[in-house]
Amino acid sequence: MTLLDQFQLFLKTQGWPEWAYYSVPAIVAILIIIIAVLSVVIVFIWWERRLISRFQIRLGPNRCGPEGLFQPVATAVKILLKEDIVPAAADKIIHFIAPITVFVPILMIFAVVPFDAGAILVDLNVGIIYVIAISSISVIGIFMAAWASGNKYSFISGVRSIAQMVSYEIPVVLSIVGIALVTGSFAMNKIVEAQSPIPFILLQPLGFLIFFLGSLAEMNRSPFDLLEADSEIVAGYHIEYSGMKFAMFYLGEYGVALAYAGVITTLFLSGWQGPFLPGIIWFLVKVMLVFSVIVWIRSTLPRFRVDQLMAFAWKVMLPMAVINLILIAVEVLLIPASLQWVAMILNFGFAAVLILLWSKIYSLGGGRVEV
Amino acid sequence: MKFEHYGFGIVKGLALTFMHLFRAPLTVQYPDEKLNISKRTRGNELAWIPEKCTGCGTCTKACLQGNIVLVTHRGEDNKFVVDKFEVDTGRCIFCGLCVESCPYDALAMGVNYECAKYRRRDAVLGKEKLTVSAEHLPSAYFRPKFEAALPKQSMLLYNKSDGGQKLKLFPLSKRKRGSGA
Repeated sequence: MTLLDQFQLFLKTQGWPEWAYYSVPAIVAILIIIIAVLSVVIVFIWWERRLISRFQIRLGPNRCGPEGLFQPVATAVKILLKEDIVPAAADKIIHFIAPITVFVPILMIFAVVPFDAGAILVDLNVGIIYVIAISSISVIGIFMAAWASGNKYSFISGVRSIAQMVSYEIPVVLSIVGIALVTGSFAMNKIVEAQSPIPFILLQPLGFLIFFLGSLAEMNRSPFDLLEADSEIVAGYHIEYSGMKFAMFYLGEYGVALAYAGVITTLFLSGWQGPFLPGIIWFLVKVMLVFSVIVWIRSTLPRFRVDQLMAFAWKVMLPMAVINLILIAVEVLLIPASLQWVAMILNFGFAAVLILLWSKIYSLGGGRVEV
Repeated sequence: MKFEHYGFGIVKGLALTFMHLFRAPLTVQYPDEKLNISKRTRGNELAWIPEKCTGCGTCTKACLQGNIVLVTHRGEDNKFVVDKFEVDTGRCIFCGLCVESCPYDALAMGVNYECAKYRRRDAVLGKEKLTVSAEHLPSAYFRPKFEAALPKQSMLLYNKSDGGQKLKLFPLSKRKRGSGA
C-alpha cells in the first residue's frame, strides 16, 4: 500500500465525501512531485555547470549566492523576462504547443518513479513500459518545434531527432526486457524489490551499458547531442525560441536527465534500497551519482557523426541487446534464483567477450587499418 | 594487440578528465585575485623622475604621436625649469621610444594596466600624476636597475614549493591562491 493510498484511506475514515478523499490527496501528491522536480532541476543545472568546469580545470559560476547556487535562478529570471519572439515564417499554433508537448510528458514520467518505499504516485503493473511510451511523446514535441520554426537548421535537428530516437528506443526496450525476465514484472516497485541482494548493474552489466548509452541518446546528452550540435546547426530545434517557451525546453532538457537518472537508479542501482539511511536519501544520492557520470561523459567525449550514430545503434547496440536478451533468458531457465552470483559472474564474462568481439568488428578494417 | 580498438581510448579519456578534478583551477577571478605582471612590461602611465630631467625635450621629439607636451623656462644659472610635462595616455601607443631616447634616464614606463577612465580629459596626465612615488613604480623596461624593487611575476601554474596551491577535490571560491593572490 502506497503513501497515497494511506492518505486516501485516512481521509475516508475522517468522513470526507468520495470525490474529495479520492482527488485531494492525488492533487497534493502531484503538486509535491512537480515542485520537487523543478527544484531538483535547478540544483542539477548548478551542479552540471560547477562539475563540468571542474572537469575542465575551471571554477564555474561562484559569484551569485553561496558557491553560485543562485546562478540558475538568475538565469531563469533572465530568460523569463525576455521578449517572446515568434518568427514570421513560423506556424504560430504549433510553435506555441511544441514546448508544452516536450515538457509535460517529462513531468508525467515521475508518476511511476518510486522515490521511497511506498512513495510512488501510481504503481502501474506496466510501469517501465509507461516510461518508454510517455518519453517518446516529447520526440513529437521536438519535431513540432523544429518544423514550426520555419528554419532550415531546426528542421535538420528535427529530422535527426526522429532518426536518433527511433533507433535508440529498440536497444533500450530490449535491455529492459532482460530485467523483466529476471523480475517477472514490469512494475517499478517489484523491480526495486527484486534487487535486494544484488543490484541489476552487477547482475546484467551489458544490459546496464546498453540502457545507459540508449538513455543518453534519448535525453540528447553528449556524445549523442546531434540535435543541439551548436557547432553545426547553431542550437537545433529551439533556435527560434525565446523567453518562456525557451525556458520550457531548457527545463525539459534537465528534467528528462533527472527522469532518466531516476529510471536508471530504479532499474539498475536498486532504487531506494540501501543500508542505514532513509530510502529517499539513497535515491537522491544515486540519482546525483548517475547525473555526475553523465556530466563526466559530456566533458570527455566528442560528438558522434550522424552515420556513426546510426551505425552504433543498429550495428552495435541492437545485436548486443538481442544476444544479451537470449543469454539472460537461458540463464533464467537454467540457473535457480538462489544461485544468482553464478549468473552474475557469467554475465560479466559474456559482457567482456561481446564488447571485445564487437569492437573488433566495428573498428576500421577489422582492426587491420591504422587510423 | 592494440587496446585502442577495444574501447580503451575512451577509458583513457575518461581517466584524464577525472584526474582534472584533483587539479587546482586555472581561473583567475580578476578583481579579487590579481597576478603580478612581468617586471619589464611597457605598462600605462610614464614614470617621470623630476630630479634627473633637464627639460631637453628629446622625448617629445621621439614620440611618434607627438603626444608629450613639454613647456620650460630658463631659471637661474641658465638651466631649464619644467613648467608643464603632460602626456595624453589615451593616445599613447606604449612603444617605449621616449624612454629609450631619454639621455638622462629621467623617464621610465609604468607598471599600471588598470587605466580605464570615465572622461577623455582624465587620461591627460600632468607632472604630479607622472612623478615617481611609492604608489607609482617605474617598470624595468630599458631601466634594469628598477628590477629589484618590483614584485616577482606570478605564473598560473605554481609549484607547491613556490607558495603554490594545495590539491583539493572541489576547491571553494574564496580559497587562497598562489603568490599572485
